[in-house]
Amino acid sequence: MRYGLLAAVLLSAMILGGCDGGVLDPKGPIALAERQILINATGIMLAIVIPVIIATLGVAFWFRASNERARYRPDFVYSGRVEMLIWSIPLMTVLLTGTVAWIAAYDLDPPKPIASSTRPIKVQAISLDWKWLFIYPELGVASVNHLTIPVGTPVSFELTSSGVMNSFFVPQLAGQIYTMAGMVTRLNLRADYAGTYRGLSANFSGDGFADMHFNVDAMPPERFAQWIASTRSAGPVLDSKGYTDLAKPSAAVPPFTYHSVAPGLFDSIRMSSMQSDDALCQGYPTSMKAEK
Amino acid sequence: MTLLGKLDWSAVPLDQPIIMGTVGGMVVAIVSILSWVTLKGYVPYLWREWITSVDHKRIGVMYIVLALVMLLRGFADGIMMRTQQAVAAGGAQGYLPPEHFDQIFSAHGTIMIFFVAMPLVIGLMNFAVPLQLGVRDVAFPTMNSISFWLTASGVLLTNVSLAVGEFAKTGWFAYPPLSELQFSPGVGVDYYLWSLQLSGIGTLLSGVNFVTTILKMRAPGMSYMRMPVFCWTALASNLLIVAAFPVLTALFAMLLLDRYLGFHFFTVDAGGNAMMYVNLFWVWGHPEVYILVLPAFGIFSEVAATFSGKSLFGYRSMVLATMTICVLSYTVWLHHFFTMGASASVNAFFGITSMIIGVPTGVKVFNWLFTMYGGRVRFTVPVLWTIGFMMSFVFGGLTGVLLALPAVDWQVHNSVFLVAHFHHVIIPGVLFGCMAGYNYWFPKAFGFRLDERWGKAAFWCWFIGFHLAFMPLYVTGLMGMPRRLQHYDVLAWQPWLLVAEVGALVILTGIICQIVQIVVSIRHREQLRDTTGDPWNGRTLEWSTASPPPAWNFAVLPRVHELDAFWAHKQRVLAKQRLPVRQHAYQPIEVPKNSPVGFATAFFAVVSGFALIWHIWWMAGFGVLGAAATLLAFMFRTKDEVEIPADQVDLFDRAHPVEVSL
Repeated sequence: MRYGLLAAVLLSAMILGGCDGGVLDPKGPIALAERQILINATGIMLAIVIPVIIATLGVAFWFRASNERARYRPDFVYSGRVEMLIWSIPLMTVLLTGTVAWIAAYDLDPPKPIASSTRPIKVQAISLDWKWLFIYPELGVASVNHLTIPVGTPVSFELTSSGVMNSFFVPQLAGQIYTMAGMVTRLNLRADYAGTYRGLSANFSGDGFADMHFNVDAMPPERFAQWIASTRSAGPVLDSKGYTDLAKPSAAVPPFTYHSVAPGLFDSIRMSSMQSDDALCQGYPTSMKAEK
Repeated sequence: MTLLGKLDWSAVPLDQPIIMGTVGGMVVAIVSILSWVTLKGYVPYLWREWITSVDHKRIGVMYIVLALVMLLRGFADGIMMRTQQAVAAGGAQGYLPPEHFDQIFSAHGTIMIFFVAMPLVIGLMNFAVPLQLGVRDVAFPTMNSISFWLTASGVLLTNVSLAVGEFAKTGWFAYPPLSELQFSPGVGVDYYLWSLQLSGIGTLLSGVNFVTTILKMRAPGMSYMRMPVFCWTALASNLLIVAAFPVLTALFAMLLLDRYLGFHFFTVDAGGNAMMYVNLFWVWGHPEVYILVLPAFGIFSEVAATFSGKSLFGYRSMVLATMTICVLSYTVWLHHFFTMGASASVNAFFGITSMIIGVPTGVKVFNWLFTMYGGRVRFTVPVLWTIGFMMSFVFGGLTGVLLALPAVDWQVHNSVFLVAHFHHVIIPGVLFGCMAGYNYWFPKAFGFRLDERWGKAAFWCWFIGFHLAFMPLYVTGLMGMPRRLQHYDVLAWQPWLLVAEVGALVILTGIICQIVQIVVSIRHREQLRDTTGDPWNGRTLEWSTASPPPAWNFAVLPRVHELDAFWAHKQRVLAKQRLPVRQHAYQPIEVPKNSPVGFATAFFAVVSGFALIWHIWWMAGFGVLGAAATLLAFMFRTKDEVEIPADQVDLFDRAHPVEVSL
């Protein structure tokens, strides 16, 4: 009965969450596959969990002290068969979900490129206090707190942070990944449908964190080309001075674009956090796990 | 350098009405309690019987009182967060500005883990383990008192941060670089670090104490496989403490070096690597989960067995499962940051180890189920908490396995789905367990039972309130809501957060029921009196002595021939239809002498902690020297035990016969 309530809540979670632009409403192959795993694993485990909950209630109720009909068996404290069973059930479940975990960890590994006939576009994402900077290195433009991508084209991200750790997350397109100063993480995703999706930082990063979200506009390639053209025609330049200004802490920054970007800016941002007054540290290897 | 370091009047947030109101209330409460105690002339009694006590039962009770008081503080933080999130939707900013909200969620996590769950669990172990082992005290009684008072020092410093300065604004795990001086220049992180360093030392000493006690000081005849299951889980938990807490201490020491002396362990520049902190934090943090939950599992086992009138089903399985969890808990820490960008093999490995740890946990659930099977289940308050736990915990385990799947974790990590998950294991797992233990052992500690009706009301409020408060968070988590949001613009989340707010209010009702329960029980203590020492028809040795037990616990150390020693003894008596001949050859008993060392050490620890937070170097030196001098003086003591004469033991034993109803 109590569990009925829980199930109802979860069910409505699935339905309502599904309608509302969250994890259960994927708009790209990566998020779709991740949702599938979520549903499969939930199904596998509910097959165990629901009977256990019913059995708990049933056993506790039947063997209540006042029930004359229940047989009192104080010596039923060991049974090889039951032991065998109760070790096997969770073991089998884990075998199943473990296999799912193993395969999915490789298949959906964030740095793994998405197989596609279309050439992916590159985006370099940098988390700053408290906004997102997206650089399109091949196209020479950049935008703040707004990400524009073409539909049906894989997007290959390189991510880092100017200082504090954040987590880049567009729930409807792909799982999140951390942005860390001095390190680069990679993420691949694709939007299969045009639309506006919510992106955010998932990892708390200080006072302005609550406003660190952005919209992702997935638009048909021709409109994307128009966007690039219009972006190139106006707006400020993102060079090292422009970056220094941008990096000053600020929250709830309205989206804007840069019409050109100094080449190599992303690498210099990543390297700047490796700088030090200690000459020995200059040659510090950047062999971070994420870099591999 | 000024005499008071960084400290001046600007440290007191006089412009913050919420904080000043709370501080005012706390000051009034403390002053009125202190003056009441003083006027009534209770100070010498408190000093003699409690503050300087090295009796494990008294220390256990003090731990639990501390935890319950801090539960109120932590819950107040929690309901403030829920209220903020219930209203701060759309353009609204709510009533808490970010710099205050950030402190509240950091304090909530820190307090609930370190100053509620830990003292509850350690308090129950303190009270019950030596009694269950059939011994007279822990291995190092004075160290036990030092442990408690160091924990209390951490609590005090954390609460001082409310009035003087600020608390961390970094979340309860204080990840760098955010917690480094560059991004958190205030004293908040220093309060966090020094509070936890002090209480962490206390916890480590407790761990050493209990491992020694359980390994070396059991009643004659109590081999390992005759130990009550709660003692096994306590052993596992304390082994984990001994292995894990030094990691935390070293980690915080590194962060302190970064913050105080310009080191670069975790800084953004000069080759620091914040991910080292994240790794080490969870190398402590994941075992910590089991430090808390294993003893709770032990309590559920005791409760299930006692109130089913049966031995625990599959005792050996249970022991094996406990020790397996103890070892495996060190192999799963990376699942706290699958989003770090580690390679697929690393993620897959830690995902699978995290699931494997679910196997022994699942076995435990089945064992409790089969313990009730064929039993005569009495639906007392501890049993309600246990069944409530079993029903909720399997679901928390389900979401845990989801989070162990790296591909799913990327989608729900750092979201309120995660928040819902860990509350779903810690509240039913740890808190329900401790509540069961509190109701179960209360008559042993105080000699009278707790009122059943209010206890049941409290359970139902907690159970329903918990689900109302956290199930909606799964929903909003799946809708993409990250944790720690001071305000948000997605209006679709708000209805769910309003339901969660209602849940928090229902939990509040549960807490009020618990307060009423204790008041009513004290008023009706004569009707609820336990004269036999065995109010529940218990199975283990703690029920074979008087309630409350004398300072020496057992007049004669019990001899143990099998598992559930006291139950077996009662069965033999019943079989023979006569009480055993009472033995009159009492020996004088030596009990450890009270000592103010714990209290004094903690006093100096608070002084140095506070001084270090505010960079008052002379005062820090004074505190450290004071603590060292106290311990030195203790080492030169000449007398550390008091002898209880044999006739006093005899007298007590005659007045409190252990009755076995024939």
